[in-house]
Amino acid sequence: MAFGSRTPFVRGYRMELTQHSLMTVLHGLIFGGFFLLAIFGVVAELCRSFWTRQPAMLTDRGHAMERFYLILLVGLGWAAVLSGAYIVYPWYRAIPPAGLSDLSGFPQRLLLSSPTTAGWHSLGMEWKEHVAWMAPIAMTMVAYVLTVYKKRTEQFMRIRATVLSFAVVAFLAAASAGLFGAMLNKVAPVKGGQMIHLMKESK
Amino acid sequence: MSHPAQLSEINQTADAAEHVAEHLTGPACAAILSAGVGCFVLGVLAVAADASKPLAKLLTFYRPTGPLSGVSTVAIVFWLALWIVLARTWRRKSVAFVPVSIAAFALLAAGLLLTFPPIGDLFIGK
Repeated sequence: MAFGSRTPFVRGYRMELTQHSLMTVLHGLIFGGFFLLAIFGVVAELCRSFWTRQPAMLTDRGHAMERFYLILLVGLGWAAVLSGAYIVYPWYRAIPPAGLSDLSGFPQRLLLSSPTTAGWHSLGMEWKEHVAWMAPIAMTMVAYVLTVYKKRTEQFMRIRATVLSFAVVAFLAAASAGLFGAMLNKVAPVKGGQMIHLMKESK
Repeated sequence: MSHPAQLSEINQTADAAEHVAEHLTGPACAAILSAGVGCFVLGVLAVAADASKPLAKLLTFYRPTGPLSGVSTVAIVFWLALWIVLARTWRRKSVAFVPVSIAAFALLAAGLLLTFPPIGDLFIGK
């Protein structure tokens, strides 16, 4: 795959990365990162609504936009955990052939091969792989309640408080998973697969 | 084509149904409690799969992902099934919200703690 090979503006620059690295970026930065930002938006909006004198009265279009935002949020959350568990994680836990000394293409084995890095797997990945699932479960509930009770959540203070507490826990769970994911990818990056040329030097 | 009066009646009925639904806490309680239970089940299964090799093998639905595939799938199926059951049961009811929300949050917190390896390991004596 190549982009920009005929563009004079980017002549002389080369950019390439592996398929696994690209997928890791898509999983962590795009799906996970934007999911985290979207949860923060919900938390901020719910917090703000506690201190408003008059509840915001949205128009029908406003409610439709709000619903779109919540559906996108939930979609990003599920995309993050599913791409992580079924695409990136199998690359992370791949088993090297017997006798292989260079474990750089096998992140889990690389981390476990040294006592100074084993904790990144036994604590970091072991926690991340499970806690991450709680965020989309909690946020699906939050999105549902905010959609169904769109007008009444202002009046139902207790529902709003509960939804906010779940959203905060979801934010912490997603943030922990994201932080460990980023750190793990620093210590033992997931790489390999086909090389993708984002920019090619023109001849 | 429907008569304008009929359309107006349909809209009023829909608005009334929405108004009633928004005043009942049942649907919210069903969603909140099932989410709490789902997260708790996830935490319990994560610890159980770590403690028992046969269970870990049983929960390996997709070999490249390992037991995580079964742990997450079972928890999600449990969460959604419970949500459907509770939503049907509490569809037209106003349920006591405070005990439900406290229980749901306690389950969520317990699930969250169980997924943290140093705490999960306490239960399996690692």
